[in-house]
Amino acid sequence: MISKETVEHISQLARIDLTDDEKKRFGKELAAILEFVEALNEVDTSSTVPMSGGTRMLNIMRKDHEGSGILEGKADELRRAARASKKSYIEVPNVFES
Amino acid sequence: MKRPSLFTPLDPENFGSEAGDEKRVYQKQNKNPVLKGGDLTGFTIEEAGHALRSGAVNVRDLVSDCLSVIHERDRDIHAFLDVYEDALREAEEKDAILRDAPETSPLFGIPIALKDNILVEGKRATAGSKILENYTAGFDATVVRKLKEAGAIIIGKTNLDEFAMGSSTENSAFGPTKNPCDESRVPGGSSGGSAAAVATGMALGALGSDTGGSIRQPASFCGVVGMKPTYGRVSRHGLIAMASSLDQIGPFAKTVRDAEIMFSAIAGGDEFDATSVHHSYEEAEKSFALRGLRIGVPKEYFREGLDPAIASRIGELLKLLEKEGVVAKEISLPHSSYALPAYYIVVPSEVSANLARFDGIRYGVPDREEENLFEMYSKTRARGFGPEVKRRIILGTYALSAGYYDAYYVKAQKVRREIASDFESAFRDVDIVIGPTTPTPAFRFGEKTGDPVSMYLADIYTVAVNLAGLPGISLPVGTVPAEGGKKLPFGMQMISPWFDEKTLFGAARGIERILASSPS
Repeated sequence: MISKETVEHISQLARIDLTDDEKKRFGKELAAILEFVEALNEVDTSSTVPMSGGTRMLNIMRKDHEGSGILEGKADELRRAARASKKSYIEVPNVFES
Repeated sequence: MKRPSLFTPLDPENFGSEAGDEKRVYQKQNKNPVLKGGDLTGFTIEEAGHALRSGAVNVRDLVSDCLSVIHERDRDIHAFLDVYEDALREAEEKDAILRDAPETSPLFGIPIALKDNILVEGKRATAGSKILENYTAGFDATVVRKLKEAGAIIIGKTNLDEFAMGSSTENSAFGPTKNPCDESRVPGGSSGGSAAAVATGMALGALGSDTGGSIRQPASFCGVVGMKPTYGRVSRHGLIAMASSLDQIGPFAKTVRDAEIMFSAIAGGDEFDATSVHHSYEEAEKSFALRGLRIGVPKEYFREGLDPAIASRIGELLKLLEKEGVVAKEISLPHSSYALPAYYIVVPSEVSANLARFDGIRYGVPDREEENLFEMYSKTRARGFGPEVKRRIILGTYALSAGYYDAYYVKAQKVRREIASDFESAFRDVDIVIGPTTPTPAFRFGEKTGDPVSMYLADIYTVAVNLAGLPGISLPVGTVPAEGGKKLPFGMQMISPWFDEKTLFGAARGIERILASSPS
């Protein structure tokens, strides 16, 4: 069982408001999942380099020139997906509160 | 119009008796130069392509037949979230093009369904989530652009577990999809809608996405072919991201050849996906020689938890294959049992980062009553996300938080490397690895929803392939009897080395031919 305080702290970090029921349920379920993944500690990985990403490619370089233009003019569509926009900007509530 | 079709000989009863009967009638009619609509939906993509190009059928009839199946059956099945009725107008335009000039693209005029986490410009894309209920895509995913360029007709968007998180399609915010073989059972997931659409003939092919088995597992449950390409083979641009180091888009189809046709159309490097690889794909030979093919059978895949009927059917098939000159041998993938635990750290971690964008500002309907920014985020996300999505975001945030990062995420990525190395060693001795796709056939609704870990076990044979970045395909190979005379299909998974889809498709076609001559 993961404590209610820990679940609350994590839900703050994740920016998801949880109900009391959800806090209780997730506390229990997360503990079960963490117990399930505990098995990973049986594997000796003392000399293993962690994998990162899904490929073995390293840095992908490209020429510094204009792309294909397939997405040309799509910016308006992206702005339309936002909750509010003013001129060519996306509008958000104040980040710093007075 | 001769082709090896696994679909009909396998067990037509499974896919609705009318469809099976009419298909047989239809095949007789094929000698007739002009075919009318009625049920063209039993066609494979390959057959339909020939018939369209020879003028034996027209695109409008084909599309109209798919729409008819959707209208008749989808109230019960619920494979689709959106159906594009304007596909008919598009079909007429394609017919006009076909009248003017010969078309060579194998996908020209073919109705294709897309999982609703793939963007089509001007159309809604919900990812099965309430938070995107009103989101309209502003551009085409690269795979969609390629399908359109190949002349395919997008017939609609299919249902999925919310943000592709799940193994049963029960996590969709818009209600579950039912398994067409037995409506009391799940179609698998997360691409359950795409699998059901192809199994019923609502579309001739479909695209899904596969992060831990989300194409192969529903293909197995619904009795169709489902294929997950090598990581980097197909562009993810325009796919709503779940776990970026694992996600790949791939095809569902009735036959291996159809899946290869779709794969060929969507594969290739893309300037908008830096992880996509600029390797060209050369198609497998029509008559791939099974003789001499070295098949590895991991002993770890045949332990407890596997339905004995699935184990014995695969054993039976291996014997048949040996008669064809295949060299089958037992191999070991020693870290197999750690794939699921590693997966359930890597995935939630990447999920928690990827889904940060659904914040009520960039995407999602905000809670307007909240003035404060923090509350706007947390209330919008609380209302917009379903339980499994919340569970994974919370778990991932926990795994990535200060003090736990090394213990969970880094550890899981190290084990992931060991899992990939297991396959690397195996492929020194064998060309293809074969095993079950799923431990059981389709389960009942509600059977696993109460226990997340038991739901995760449905993906036990598929997740390692994603962790290692390998290509895999699920081929329907048999059925298990269920109540009421129903038969539940199940699949066999084949895995090839990285970027060797040519051998994967070739060998799968070879095995499909053998299956057609020896139904279960």
